[in-house]
Amino acid sequence: MAEPMGFFTDVTVCIGCKACEVACKQWNQLPANEGGAPLLSGNSYDNTGTLDGTTWRHVRFVEDFSEDREHGRWLMMSDVCKHCVQAGCLEVCPTGAIIRTEFDTVVIQSEVCNGCRACIPACPFDVIDINPVNNTAMKCTLCYDRMQAGMIPACAQACPTDSIMFGPIEQLREQADARLETLHQQGVDDASIYGREEMLGGLNAFFLIVGPPEWYGLPEEPRLPSSNSLGGEGFMGTISAIVMVVLGAITFRKLGPMRRRDEANGTRLDDPEFAHEDSPPQA
Amino acid sequence: MGRGAATTFAENLRDSDCIVIEGSNMAENHPVAFRWVMEAKRAGATIISVDPRFTRTSAMADIYAPIRPGTDIAFLGGLINYVIENDLYFHDYVVNYTNAATIIDDDFQDTEDLDGVFSGLVEYLGDPINGFEFDYETDTWQYRGFPQTRSGRQADAEEAGEVEDDDDDENDLPDSVAGPYFEQAPDGPPFDDLIRYKRPDGMPEEDPSLEDPNCVFQIIRRHFSRYTPEMVERITGCPQDKFLEVAEALTENSGAERTAAFCYAVAWTQHTKGVQMIGCAALLQLLLGNIGRPGGGILALRGHATIQGSTDVPTLYHSIHGYMPHPTTLSPHESMKNYILNEMQPTGYWANLPSFLVSYMKSMYGDAATEENDFGWDWHPKITGDFSHMASMVRMTRGEIQGFFCMGQNPATSLNGKFERAAMRNLRWLVVKDIFETESAAFWYAAPEVQNGEISPEEIDTEVFFIPSAAVGEMGGSFTNTQRWVQWHEKAADPPGDCRSDEWFTHQLALRLKALYEDSDDPRDEGFQNLLWDFDYDPGEYPDDTRIQGEPDTEKILKEINGYLTDDPDQHLRGFAELRDDGSTTCASWIYCGIFPSPDENRARRREPDPIDTPGSHQNWAFSWPDNRRILYNRASADPEGNPWSERKRWVWWDEDEGRWTGYDSPDFTLDKPPGAEADPEGIGLDAHSGTDPFIMMGDGKGWLFTPTGMIDGPLPTHYEAAESPIENPLYQQDKNPLTKYWPAEGNEMITPGDPNFPYVITTYRLTEHHLSGVMTRWLPWLSELQPELFIEMSEELARDRGIGNTDWVRITTPRGSIRAKALVTRRLRPLVIDGNVVHCVGMPFHWGYMGVVTGEATNDLTSLVGDPNVSIHEGKAFMCDIEPA
Amino acid sequence: MAVKSTRRTFLKQSGLLAAGTAAGSLTSLGVDLGTKRALATELRIRGAQAYPSICPYCAVGCGTLVHVEDGQIVNIEGNPESPVNVGTLCPKGAATFQLHVNPNRITNVLHRSPGATEWEVWDLDEAMDRIAELVKEARDETFIEQWEGVDDEGNEVTKLANFTPAIFTLGGATMANEWNHIHQKLMRGLGVVAIENQARI
Repeated sequence: MAEPMGFFTDVTVCIGCKACEVACKQWNQLPANEGGAPLLSGNSYDNTGTLDGTTWRHVRFVEDFSEDREHGRWLMMSDVCKHCVQAGCLEVCPTGAIIRTEFDTVVIQSEVCNGCRACIPACPFDVIDINPVNNTAMKCTLCYDRMQAGMIPACAQACPTDSIMFGPIEQLREQADARLETLHQQGVDDASIYGREEMLGGLNAFFLIVGPPEWYGLPEEPRLPSSNSLGGEGFMGTISAIVMVVLGAITFRKLGPMRRRDEANGTRLDDPEFAHEDSPPQA
Repeated sequence: MGRGAATTFAENLRDSDCIVIEGSNMAENHPVAFRWVMEAKRAGATIISVDPRFTRTSAMADIYAPIRPGTDIAFLGGLINYVIENDLYFHDYVVNYTNAATIIDDDFQDTEDLDGVFSGLVEYLGDPINGFEFDYETDTWQYRGFPQTRSGRQADAEEAGEVEDDDDDENDLPDSVAGPYFEQAPDGPPFDDLIRYKRPDGMPEEDPSLEDPNCVFQIIRRHFSRYTPEMVERITGCPQDKFLEVAEALTENSGAERTAAFCYAVAWTQHTKGVQMIGCAALLQLLLGNIGRPGGGILALRGHATIQGSTDVPTLYHSIHGYMPHPTTLSPHESMKNYILNEMQPTGYWANLPSFLVSYMKSMYGDAATEENDFGWDWHPKITGDFSHMASMVRMTRGEIQGFFCMGQNPATSLNGKFERAAMRNLRWLVVKDIFETESAAFWYAAPEVQNGEISPEEIDTEVFFIPSAAVGEMGGSFTNTQRWVQWHEKAADPPGDCRSDEWFTHQLALRLKALYEDSDDPRDEGFQNLLWDFDYDPGEYPDDTRIQGEPDTEKILKEINGYLTDDPDQHLRGFAELRDDGSTTCASWIYCGIFPSPDENRARRREPDPIDTPGSHQNWAFSWPDNRRILYNRASADPEGNPWSERKRWVWWDEDEGRWTGYDSPDFTLDKPPGAEADPEGIGLDAHSGTDPFIMMGDGKGWLFTPTGMIDGPLPTHYEAAESPIENPLYQQDKNPLTKYWPAEGNEMITPGDPNFPYVITTYRLTEHHLSGVMTRWLPWLSELQPELFIEMSEELARDRGIGNTDWVRITTPRGSIRAKALVTRRLRPLVIDGNVVHCVGMPFHWGYMGVVTGEATNDLTSLVGDPNVSIHEGKAFMCDIEPA
Repeated sequence: MAVKSTRRTFLKQSGLLAAGTAAGSLTSLGVDLGTKRALATELRIRGAQAYPSICPYCAVGCGTLVHVEDGQIVNIEGNPESPVNVGTLCPKGAATFQLHVNPNRITNVLHRSPGATEWEVWDLDEAMDRIAELVKEARDETFIEQWEGVDDEGNEVTKLANFTPAIFTLGGATMANEWNHIHQKLMRGLGVVAIENQARI
């Protein structure tokens, strides 16, 4: 069993260059949105808008300026699939296309996916969508192919300021804690870690953010889909979990998904509490 | 400072304690170089961003100081004043390594004396194509009694007894023509006697106490005394407390133990006083002792893969290889001797000019270049005035240019684009070579004035060729990056279809022209017939893994750049010390000499980096000109005795036991000249420098705070308003740089200061997601989706004033053009209070045009042909516009 | 900074011109790759040759690796060996693959006659011959041996200049140094003086 691997993405050193977005599309040969010609969003320097089936890294921009400019920050965050230890998508996938790898990452196997879309609402972070090229659900694989070959994921390799760091989760968590302490010492009081162990068993792609999670479109308390409220999907989720076990893919850390799904306790993903509105103070 | 390049390298910014990014938006435009800024920041360095806009660089900075576009000299001048008035300069460095102590001519008059101009200002009487209204005579800017920096012609004037009062005497020789001083000079080779002939006696006068009122230090003190924090705020709009925060951080992080660096880019060059802005930063860095030292320096962040290389290996009208001035009819360059006498500095490393020049002429004309025919001097063309981009476009407008090679550049959307497109309609033929169909290639059918019916393709008589180009991975060759590293890129695959490498195109064109001229017996074709052209692969050497025939051997080209023994071409030259002035060496570029020291050692191909986290300069990664030096003038990293100024800032030092300079870098100094060596008052070349003169390219070996020569618009930087500005100059009566280059023409109109019809300051810039005019990015969906549409950034306050909402269409107008863009309303821009009034600044990226996956109007349709007198670079960073909802 | 210090290690063992797959970085991070795998994904550059190259955009000079399989470029990414960028890139550098492999590229010579409203596809050799003729024609028509004009002080002077003012060449900062050398040499050899590039803008 390999050590759990993941991303630690640090907002405080992100320069919003979007190298990660492009490096990801290059390596995974993903198409641009709308043929490369979307409209200007007017939302700061963000024109790709969201993570979806063809954009697996997405840089968010938050303009945090007081009216008199005495206070001013421009925050950038490279968003990505969180590779949750307790992964909603994996729970609900009816075909077993979504697996947990030996690196404790969550990967959708395109050749198994039938495009049923069950995983899309099951993700509390709005990460997954259908890739129109092959009509299957797609998202970040944490460059599973590169990892297996001993290579660093494309986005992390490209990132010029090491805002995206890749490595063993344990080591990344230590780095993140040290960084957070430094920032607190420097007076950045609203810096925090998003995606610690208590969040869905830990996000294997976690973040150091400043300001509230909402600024980055991140839910304060992400929850898993529930069998009660999701009806049939819960059933399918169970199947998916079984398929996975049969495949003998990987041992889970804390055997999370099954148990936590019950704890999710009936909250639907379309609950306003989870509305993923981008609500930066000023855009 | 004597070399046209960055003094340091980006990775070395890791050693900085403070980094000022001004005139550059480094995080956006050089994100990977910015990596090292972030490393410095992690290690505790203070990062400062000075910019009209709060950019992605500002977002990472510890201090953000907003300023009005085009006022950087006021800001930097304020810092200089702060440093001097608070005695914060690095005394030992300044006294020993700069010309602070040198005494200037008694007749020199400063802007303080003449309300904004220096002594010597005269009306310009030359050809209007050169763009000048005024010119300076620089006699009074020289060192007192030691005109070592004078041109040969100035010497001639003195020799002939011509003094200033005689200027109107019609018997005077024109400055452009050689007189008796030239005729009496000894010829060469060898040229040593000629060098001695020009060498003035003795050494420059100095006052190490820095108290003489005519010493450079005192002149500077007086010159910058007006640049108080109050004045800085009044001109730039930067609040005094912010300015002082910058001043404190910079000075606290300079000295023996600490170093600070400046990073700039084209936001310091695209001005009517751009060279002076950079000079101002150099002056400040010299005062603080930050040049030649690790973590110090001035990093020029250039914008194209080999823009440094194409300046070194000059596809530029004004110079020939290695920064030698292009021979011109406007100076006494009638013979090689006259050229050398006029241009050579007898002291300092430039005394070797004869060797550089003769070796260059041998690379041009090979065996046909002989001592008897002055090494083919007459064959080499002479320029007759300004042939820069702007002047050439004016010439094109007049129908003086028939044919135009436009290769990898896109003038149809640059520098007053509409004017340039109109100029191109006068061409007989145009050859565009690029990867994608550019706006310049399509100007005859897709330009806005054609699309809107103003002009029809049938009326355009230009024959147009589009030659499809190979991309970088499809051809082998070298690029010189912004820090002077020459790096080789391998050819990985053949280009598709008829796409060809750039070298293939020029080589094939040359072979055809050689054939066309082969049988001519017209004497004027003799030079071209003798042009050495030996770039075909040797028999049996042509690569077999390609379907393309007729490529030249790029390593043969590099060999000619590097140089070899004329009589034994297999013997490559190992360094420029081997160059000779008698024709026995052939070398196109003296500064690149040593890059290819033997047939099997192309040093641009070296790929052995230093281990991570060891102090070093990657001596075995690529080749850094000159002589693999990574930090220029690095002798200054040691104190006068040759020891590191501090352990923390160790770089190059004197090893007493070995009797030589050593360190982490290739020492930029005579290796075995001890720190205590005295200058030879009769010596030429580096013999005239002591062991404490680190600036080896300068005649006196000093870093120049005051520049007696080299800057045509003044020996010191002075704040002038941009050619178009919202106010008159608060500092002096003189508003703009008196030597501003400008070409009055239809379609190139300018406004006067404070014109109420054009109330907003506008600046133009790049985005991370695009490159230049967009040819290499707007055809790439992965990039075009990131920034799909042209926008104009403006503050909420201005948007409210003008009733403009976010993403609304806006019309932007200048006297040259009017375009539409979408508004991006943001608090990252802010109104500034300038000279008591609120001034709004707006900003526009310039990446769009009418071809590509995404298109938009060309921001450069708003700019003008007006620019810097030293280098003819246009003023695209600060001008005036109007905006309205559209 | 585990990731930073391993950026460079991962291709080391295999050598730069060897195939792009190499174990190293994860191993050095303490990861045991010897365990069973959920699914053996095929690395798409497994059989590719990697050629060291340089990013063609700005002047930072980032090292890249161009992966080629069967003569086709299949991947371009940062070269971890380069001290300039240690494997990182900006978005433009990261998109270099699409600069090469792009259906929008024109791969034929296009020619437009004076007054014409359409491009025509031309043979490459024919175009080169024609361009050479046009250069000769322009030079021969406009060549000036003795220049008569005014100097900077307004004095009329006559001097040998041997040049043609009628041909203008623009560009060079995006091409190789070797091109810059031969192009400026050819032009100056012909007497062309209006030689410019992007350093002026």
